[in-house]
Amino acid sequence: MSPSEATADAAVAVRPSAGRHTLALFISELRLVFGRARTQVGLGVLAAVPLLIGIAIKITGSEGGTDGFIGQIAGNGLFLIVASLGLSLPFFLPTAVTVISGESLAGEASLGTLRSLLTAPAGRSRLLAAKMVALAVFCLAATMTIWISGLIVGFILFPVGDVLLLSGSTVSLGNGLLRAFGIAIVISLSLLGLAGIGLFISSLTSTPLAAMAATFGTFVVLGILTAIPQLHAIHPWLLIYRWQSFADLLRDPPYWHEIVRNLLLQAGYLAVFYTAAWARITSRDIT
Amino acid sequence: MSAPVVTRGLTKRFHGGQVAVDAVDLEVPAGSVYGFLGPNGSGKTTTIRMLLGLIAPTSGEVELLGEPMPKAHLRVLPRVGALVEGPAFYPFWSGQANLLRFDAADRTADPKTRKARAGEALERVGLSNAANKKVRAYSLGMRQRLAIAVALMQRRELLVLDEPTNGLDPQGTREVRHLIRELAGDGTTVFTSTHLLAEVEQVCTHAAVMSRGKLLRQSTVADLRSELRPRLIVRTPDLGAAAETLQGMGVTELKTSEETVEGDPGELPIEKFAAALVAADVRIHGFGLERPSLEDAFVALTGEGFDVAE
Repeated sequence: MSPSEATADAAVAVRPSAGRHTLALFISELRLVFGRARTQVGLGVLAAVPLLIGIAIKITGSEGGTDGFIGQIAGNGLFLIVASLGLSLPFFLPTAVTVISGESLAGEASLGTLRSLLTAPAGRSRLLAAKMVALAVFCLAATMTIWISGLIVGFILFPVGDVLLLSGSTVSLGNGLLRAFGIAIVISLSLLGLAGIGLFISSLTSTPLAAMAATFGTFVVLGILTAIPQLHAIHPWLLIYRWQSFADLLRDPPYWHEIVRNLLLQAGYLAVFYTAAWARITSRDIT
Repeated sequence: MSAPVVTRGLTKRFHGGQVAVDAVDLEVPAGSVYGFLGPNGSGKTTTIRMLLGLIAPTSGEVELLGEPMPKAHLRVLPRVGALVEGPAFYPFWSGQANLLRFDAADRTADPKTRKARAGEALERVGLSNAANKKVRAYSLGMRQRLAIAVALMQRRELLVLDEPTNGLDPQGTREVRHLIRELAGDGTTVFTSTHLLAEVEQVCTHAAVMSRGKLLRQSTVADLRSELRPRLIVRTPDLGAAAETLQGMGVTELKTSEETVEGDPGELPIEKFAAALVAADVRIHGFGLERPSLEDAFVALTGEGFDVAE
């Protein structure tokens, strides 16, 4: 046996469970995303949304004459959850997703840690998967933060009870909470398309700020396109066209058609941009 | 058995046509400490990036530990410790947390022993006391040592180190060189790039010289040096007389500077020159043979000074 074979055997011997720790990178990735101060501040801001809305409604009283979910908060604190989620969807949530997704690969590239990860070796495909999983978990964490904060603030500041649905029927508080939970899930899934776009843009550059700006720019452009009536022919294909469909969960029975079409569209965006990010990261020269 | 690092015709042409690495054939013998030498900008780091599969060669092949790169990188790289182009870390994390993160990226690394291995690696590079300090607060030298600790988290068969002593103070430099020798003593092959000739002289068994993307030479350090003939150097105030005497004895390539005369003594034993100079009433302040340094070897190879970088 040559000396180098002996070394090889020794190396194998100290790693009896080689090849079994695929998950460690995913866990490490979550630690990276959620351990950062900016993530925690972002979640803190999201948690403050129900608080701000709740206090505003409490101070002005229920005679604001506002329609929709906000108008119902004073009568039933549960609607604070739904209203907060709905109000965060157009701006706060996309901003948070933009920041985290823009940072994901570009941040590693700018720090130089991408080199160390790849020589570890993380494997380019697996690293990308870990980034995407962490992003999805962040989307869920973001909406859950609002759900929990809305629940707490709503129950403290307002009376709660049976829930009057959009279709006119009334369901129990427990059923209403479950529906609000469903809304949080649907909204977090609605963010995945944008997360995919952010991940792809982040794979193109070594400047996180540029990735964030480009992702947010894309989001704004999609919003503008959605707002131009003359473009109605392409509207069904735009990322945020059916974002408001979550409210259909408050019908009896829930109206799934629009929700499903929204989620399919998100899945389509995610598939396209994730594939593009994969093609990019697996062929890119890492400097 | 095959050499731990082999490249054949390795070439990298960047967009815009600049050839950073030009048909490089490396062969790093097992167990060697291989100094990859060249001025800044000579293509060392680009070569190392190709060895590790970070960038794709324009043409040519890389074999690491007997397997083709980058194809087999998931199988090969766990057996290779790498430090590429300066230390890169998450500044908002402690040194230990950084080690754990990079180790977690390697799926062959055992999570159960991860903390213990991180502790040992930090100890080995002398960072135990700073383990829980954020890397943001580390000095460049500490980061450099942390980067070496990453490479030491596992038992490796090959270490690929890009300028490992860059940014270290003299004490740290000595420690790192000592560490390299120690690792090599355990049978690890070490491939280390440097622009410091002294480093190669002190640490390496083999050396390769790069210049402008081309590999000029690779051999043992001893061979590289022995190709240069020793020079006779005489310190004296009587320059003219000394030069005349030496020339008369067949010394070639005579050079006279402010207070020395030097030249290639040929095959004559050196004491003959001393006797002749004394006989010619040349006052001798200093006298001796100087072994050529690697720097001389480098200049002889490249025809240029070592700091030339383009």
